Amino acid sequence: MYFRHTEVAAASAAAVAPSEMTRRQFLRLTTLAGSGLTLGILMPGCGTGPGGAGAASGPLAMPFLRIAPDNTVTVICKHLEAGQGVWTGLPAIVAEELDASWEQMRVESAPARVPMYGNLAMGGKVQLTGGSTAVANSWQQLREAGATARAMLVAAAAKAWGVPAGEIKVSEGVVSHAGAARKATFGELAGLAAKEPVPTQVTLKDPGTFKIIGREKLPRLDARAKSTGKQQFAIDVMLPGMMTAVVMRPPRFGAKVISFDASKAKALPGVVDVVQIPRGVAVVGRDMWSARKGREALSVTWDESGAEKRGTAELMKQYRALARGKEAVTVVQAGDVEAALAHAAKRVEGEFEFPYLAHAPMEPLTAVCSLSPEKCEIWAGCQFHTVDQANAAAAVGLKPEQVTINTLAAGGTFGRRANPESDYISEVASIAKATGGKYPVRLIWTREDDITGGRYRPLNYHRVTAAIGKDGKVAYRQRVVGQSIIIGTPFEAMMVKNGVDPTAVGGSAAEQYDLADAHISWSQPQVGVPVLWWRSVENTHMAFSKEVMIDELAHAAGQDPVAFRLALLGKHPRHIGALKLAAEKAGWDAPFPKEKGRGRGVAVHESFGSVVAQVAEVTVKADKITVDRVVCAVDCGIAVTPDVIRAQMQSGIGYGLSAALYGKITLTDGHVDQTNFHQYQVLRINDMPRVIEVHIVPSTNPPSGVGEPGTPPIAPAVANAVRAATGIRLHTLPFDLAAARRAHA
Amino acid sequence: MSIKLTVNGDTRELDIDPQMPLLWAIRDHLQLTGTKFGCGMALCGACTVHIDGQATRSCVTPVAAVQGKQITTIEGLSTAAGHAVQGAWIGLDVPQCGYCQSGQVMSAAALLAGNPKPSDADIDAAMAGNICRCATYVRIRAAIHQAAQTLASGAPATA
Repeated sequence: MYFRHTEVAAASAAAVAPSEMTRRQFLRLTTLAGSGLTLGILMPGCGTGPGGAGAASGPLAMPFLRIAPDNTVTVICKHLEAGQGVWTGLPAIVAEELDASWEQMRVESAPARVPMYGNLAMGGKVQLTGGSTAVANSWQQLREAGATARAMLVAAAAKAWGVPAGEIKVSEGVVSHAGAARKATFGELAGLAAKEPVPTQVTLKDPGTFKIIGREKLPRLDARAKSTGKQQFAIDVMLPGMMTAVVMRPPRFGAKVISFDASKAKALPGVVDVVQIPRGVAVVGRDMWSARKGREALSVTWDESGAEKRGTAELMKQYRALARGKEAVTVVQAGDVEAALAHAAKRVEGEFEFPYLAHAPMEPLTAVCSLSPEKCEIWAGCQFHTVDQANAAAAVGLKPEQVTINTLAAGGTFGRRANPESDYISEVASIAKATGGKYPVRLIWTREDDITGGRYRPLNYHRVTAAIGKDGKVAYRQRVVGQSIIIGTPFEAMMVKNGVDPTAVGGSAAEQYDLADAHISWSQPQVGVPVLWWRSVENTHMAFSKEVMIDELAHAAGQDPVAFRLALLGKHPRHIGALKLAAEKAGWDAPFPKEKGRGRGVAVHESFGSVVAQVAEVTVKADKITVDRVVCAVDCGIAVTPDVIRAQMQSGIGYGLSAALYGKITLTDGHVDQTNFHQYQVLRINDMPRVIEVHIVPSTNPPSGVGEPGTPPIAPAVANAVRAATGIRLHTLPFDLAAARRAHA
Repeated sequence: MSIKLTVNGDTRELDIDPQMPLLWAIRDHLQLTGTKFGCGMALCGACTVHIDGQATRSCVTPVAAVQGKQITTIEGLSTAAGHAVQGAWIGLDVPQCGYCQSGQVMSAAALLAGNPKPSDADIDAAMAGNICRCATYVRIRAAIHQAAQTLASGAPATA
């Protein structure tokens, strides 16, 4: 099933690329990152230039930007905007090299198309947003795109004014020549520029001269629409004659429909159709209320013979046993950890439990589909653009190129909208197919559908033994037990090496500290609960056990937690830089006030190419943990949009804190116990730290991720702070201080 | 059944189930999509509208209960407090994904209408019913304080 989709996607890419290459005057096409993929190709209809007398007033249209006669510059964004700020970050890169004014910048979503809009961090053959790669993989591509358009504007002006191109200046969206006393806006020159040849070489700016990139406060391009209710999400798409669908899904993961009785549902006013689809039974109504009422009246008989019937308590018991068994793959092997542990001066042990977690984006999964015999059109907050296209095509029996993907802003995702099966998009396409394309259909998941719908951050159990030798060296042995996210998906071939799923066990202490003796292993249980990447993926649990154990080692050694870490980070200068900056800004060297119930803790972790260090200050009162202040330092290379980076760190901290304090999905006999926000509690404003300071480490390295790396350090930083405040070790998430205290006693 | 709703000053007659939550009448029948669906149980605040000036969760409010009342959605928010809030939201770049922000803005505008100078604790209490999974909470607090200052200074707020 999964592999079929890969083949479909690959076949589509192969079929489309050559003809488009010819038609669009491909100048060069490479598929590796950083080498200028699809730069400077004119879009259809513009490739030959508008021609005729009116030519000068046309647009300059290119794959990644369009300059219109009205003087707007629209960046065509190949990534999903889900809050992480790509609709600001990517335009900033283009605007910089173009020397545009920020006020003239606009942004729109690209269609699903590879290789043109492929993610270069993933080989360029798939268009997807994930792994905190949007800015990193677009960096060179969009700088070149901006510089190319600028060169064409300059060439057009030089020709029109009869002056050397080298004497022309571009600033704030105005092209000028002092000697000839001429100037023109981008919009005025766009039509002429479109007739210029696309340069094969462009010169990029010296980063020292950047004016827009790195500007402290660059207003988000979507702030106004999102503050006034005008931003359109998939759930807001209204098409003539559109109906609304909800789906009754299996009561347990893996159950299948045997039969259903729709007579009562169909008798209700407003219920239009009830149809079976591969993933359940869909009820279609004239509005959401009718569809919901119809689903309540629907009766489905399920075959649960192949369903997962275990509960999480049972699973965790099995995981603990697996952690003590021999069946595991080696992830990291260095030195002789058994000998080092046997002869250690100090030894600490830790067992860690992490629950399943739902992403719970504020916009529940929603997609709209309009189907005709030859064409399928999808509107959704697509995160796996070309995968979604291939899956929708497979669901309706068309070719991927017959499926148009309209990517809208997503009301959050945190990884949920990126899944290899394109679950909700496949569903809406299946409903359209089952109803014969009679009407456009909008599928809405209710919050209950979302919370009980699976694709969770995997349940995990870690067992760690760590020690300090008489020579001061640290030995570290860890067994991780948790489901694989990618084995069995198209990503397996790309990412799994020697049986190790890096999205299950990456970022261990052996990778992030200088350890001579280490052994990290992974046991993969077979469980029928579907799992998925959840903001920062494996780093949510791997960073936690690592940073808590390192802290406990520091404690055992009688050393300061920051100094202890710095001594172990000799080969990790960026970790040192971020940790030192966070410690300095937090005033770590000054003694923390000795008040009852107050403490501070630190954690540092690298993920998605960025290093984040956080110092958390807490107050513990009657076993309730309040995080008062977080000081965060991030090294994410060149800071393209510093205020978006600060926002992402704040967001990552809040999202991680939500999991640390509340997040927990449990199952009983295979049934999910939580249904909505009263049971699956998330962070609210009253639990958000009053103070979050974000400091960015100055860097000249290319940009790296910011959407996810803020999340991993917060839970261990808070756990370490609670330990400092109370002496209680928190090893089970979400934190239950009273339970930990009982276990400690 | 015919239900008469007055939304943003316009009165419309709709042939809908009297038990239909106001949220779905606003969205699916009046096609005012700024008000969002988040939970359906008054747990997240994404659906917040004003009913006679009071912040109300439209997802659990049957349309039959609000006939004859003044219903204001984000599209019709025109109070001084509302504009001050929106101006501060834009100025401080509060939104990330933005999906919950209509509800946040409506709750914040209702808070300032009743309490022009809220403390952090007042803000936390009034806004705790509005979930933001992007955790824009630090900026929400700052923006409400800024909006309060704008209102106190008497300067015209623009959104």
